[in-house]
Amino acid sequence: MSAPATRAGYNFAYLDEQTKGMIRRALLKAVAIPGYQVPFGGREMPMPYGWGTGGMQVSAAIIGRDDCLKVIDQGADDTTNAVSIRAFFRDLTGVATTERTEQATLIQTRHRIPETPLHEDQILVYQVPIPEPLRFIEPSEVETRKMHALEDYGVMHIKLYEDIAQFGHIATSYAYPVRVNGRYVMDPSPIPKFDNPKMDHSPALQLFGAGREKRIYAVPPYTEVRSLDFADHPFEVQRWDQCCAICGATDSFLDEVILDDQGGHTFICSDTDYCRTRLARQEEKA
Amino acid sequence: MYVAVKGGERAIAAAHTLLAKRRRGAPETPEIGVAQIDQQLALAVDRVMTEGSVYDRELAALAIKQAAGDLVEAIFLLRAYRTTLPRFTSSEPIDTTHMHIERRISATYKDLPGGQVLGPTFDYTHRLLDFSLLAEGEPAAPAPPSETVDTAPAASQPPPTPRVLELLEREGLMIGEHDRGDEPTDITQDPPTYPCDRSARLQALVRGDEGFLLALGYSTQRGYGRNHPFAGEIRIGEVEVEIVPEELGFPITIGTLQVTECETVNGFTRHDDGEVRFTRGYGLGLGQCERKAMAMALVDRALQAEDHGETAVSPAQQEEFVLSHCDNVEAAGFVSHLKLPHYVDFQSELELLRRIRAAADSAGEEDPA
Amino acid sequence: MNREPLLQVRQLTKLHAPGKGCREVSFDLYPGEVLGIVGESGSGKSTLLSCLSARLAPDSGSILYRTDAGETVDLYQLSEARQRQLQRTEWGIVHQHARDGLRMGVSGGANIGERLMATGERHYGQLRATAARWMRDVELDVGRIDDRPTTYSGGMQQRLQIARNLVTHPRLVFMDEPTGGLDVSVQARLLDLLRQLVTELGLAVVIVTHDLAVARLLAQRLIVMRRSQVVESGLTDQVLDDPQHAYTQLLVSSVLTA
Repeated sequence: MSAPATRAGYNFAYLDEQTKGMIRRALLKAVAIPGYQVPFGGREMPMPYGWGTGGMQVSAAIIGRDDCLKVIDQGADDTTNAVSIRAFFRDLTGVATTERTEQATLIQTRHRIPETPLHEDQILVYQVPIPEPLRFIEPSEVETRKMHALEDYGVMHIKLYEDIAQFGHIATSYAYPVRVNGRYVMDPSPIPKFDNPKMDHSPALQLFGAGREKRIYAVPPYTEVRSLDFADHPFEVQRWDQCCAICGATDSFLDEVILDDQGGHTFICSDTDYCRTRLARQEEKA
Repeated sequence: MYVAVKGGERAIAAAHTLLAKRRRGAPETPEIGVAQIDQQLALAVDRVMTEGSVYDRELAALAIKQAAGDLVEAIFLLRAYRTTLPRFTSSEPIDTTHMHIERRISATYKDLPGGQVLGPTFDYTHRLLDFSLLAEGEPAAPAPPSETVDTAPAASQPPPTPRVLELLEREGLMIGEHDRGDEPTDITQDPPTYPCDRSARLQALVRGDEGFLLALGYSTQRGYGRNHPFAGEIRIGEVEVEIVPEELGFPITIGTLQVTECETVNGFTRHDDGEVRFTRGYGLGLGQCERKAMAMALVDRALQAEDHGETAVSPAQQEEFVLSHCDNVEAAGFVSHLKLPHYVDFQSELELLRRIRAAADSAGEEDPA
Repeated sequence: MNREPLLQVRQLTKLHAPGKGCREVSFDLYPGEVLGIVGESGSGKSTLLSCLSARLAPDSGSILYRTDAGETVDLYQLSEARQRQLQRTEWGIVHQHARDGLRMGVSGGANIGERLMATGERHYGQLRATAARWMRDVELDVGRIDDRPTTYSGGMQQRLQIARNLVTHPRLVFMDEPTGGLDVSVQARLLDLLRQLVTELGLAVVIVTHDLAVARLLAQRLIVMRRSQVVESGLTDQVLDDPQHAYTQLLVSSVLTA
């Protein structure tokens, strides 16, 4: 590829072509072994580790000139980090960007899956802080890799058991562990468990990049993704008694907004595009 | 309503403008130049080059200027720049035995072949603030040439300066270091897998945070993984960098690097052949970075615990713990990411907590178990 | 008694240094049999136990194990996956220090349930009922089911460790000084419990102890070790009442005079 750089002195999408090739090979392996964490030669990026360098490297390796990019953080297109990452790719690729979920071909996300269902021609790239779902039970990488290899996953249920024994509920509300394709236990990144069901048999390709930990993993389209649970304490998603104060949605993940220092609060959609689209449709009808 | 809750592009731009203004400081003070940083804050430049993994004084000085003196931020800038650099070739291993010595000391021998060379060092200075430095700096008159110390690399390779540890090795008192001829691991290309090979371990330590390694090295001295170290030898100076271009087939010199090297002599153990020998640790950094090189050597030795039949129970002896937490670009990034919004995760926790409390309230005297 | 041995140990050697470890140890263990390994500390008992339970690869020699499925396997030819699987299904390991064998950070109930969950149990209510039943069986207060083992006494921790191992009905249990470090009165009750469980469940046991009273109470056969080697073996009563080797005689007499 001898594409002219968009910003003087830099290659298309920042990374050099060798690095992109390396990341693409890791991605292919990740797609071939759903849920398996593939080590890759993660590079330093101009953003700090923990701010989405893994997702950015994955996006940089797969973005093409015809792509239409959407970047969200906490579900919103206008959070500071989403703005910053979107500006980075606009600057270094010149590709079109959008806030509309259905228009986007490539969506980079931190902590949410859009409410609007994804389709086959879309790729969702997750920013992952800690890719290892067993990490908080077993700090050693040597040991966790062995546990994955041997499917030694009993400890995952110990955590769930303890939650129920202590709180009466499974007390994991985000980064809720899943089993992919009946084999690997995977961390879905810190999305709320509300979003877990969207991963199951999703028509879109889901890619996960962890920059600091230098791991890539993937869920291919139409792959089974099951949240861990007990037969008599099945997996459940969050529900709210309120609806969105702006668009009235009752089926979306709601952010709490503090209205005053007297404890007054209201709820609005975390997914800004979903909220805006619903509002626009209501205004059309009215 | 959204604007109040979520950040905006304008706010970011304004913050950056403010940052640039703060970095410049009061306009009536003269702006500091990159050359001044290179020349007068040279040790900061050395640290940024070492942990930033790029040997370029000007770029390191620029990074320090841009980071307003925040060295971890400067290291990060240099690393991010490093990502964009193509790799042309790999050099031959540098040969520190043929170093143009600027400083060379040994704490194990009073005198030794090659001599003790104190060189520029803070050692033995009295740490008294020198108020004469408060005077505004006027460019000094150039020093008479006769006084300059001969530190510039000579045209030809200098004679070898024998190494303290090699002397011990020759006597059979020191465990040997042998080049197995393996291609060294490059952790910037392939992430380390544990247990690491020695080359990956040393590379991680060179890039590792000086403060972190210093604390770990210090902890071994205080009993958490004791390894009875002596500063066998510390040397600082310029070494030649050679490459072998394919079309030539022989090495040519492309420049020099200033490096600091530290080799420690550590407590002896009985080895496989039944003989008792000293063990050793190795530290190296770019420029003048003695504290870092010593800390690295202590930690390198601590990480060899299992090779020498020691039980690895102390933090400095845990390879995975040390190597996966020593990089300050990784560490600073992940700590700082806590500043990013976590509305969604927090909302999930809030909702769950309320539900648990509500369930407990409604359950009344029922046993929750 | 089934005539097919459960464990066939041949010329097993693992030396950390000359005289340290175990050397050329051979024996058979039959289903339902309790074998005691006695000797002073440093004689190599614990090294031998680690080798037998697939936790420490020997320098030489072999260990054949007859699985539940009737297949005879060479332990150290098995993949690590198979070894681990045996450890968490057909075997149990009771450590001298309960903290080596327990998860101290999770409740007693979770400790008992772990092996069940590892082998696929996915019903919280059943896990809890089984945990409670086992707590009663090892005479632990069921009211402590949600407490962490850190809040248990030493004797309680040891009972919990036993329940945690026996919950999946293993065929073979390795015990390393299970009553070591406990008060004498606590020891006696724990020994009673062990003897009762071993008989009820028909367990085969290899038990390492330096306490001949423990060996006499639990073991049908004894191996006496000294400086990494077996110096005497035979039926427990025979070895203890009529010791042949000078070292065994010393060991027995020192207990009697104590």
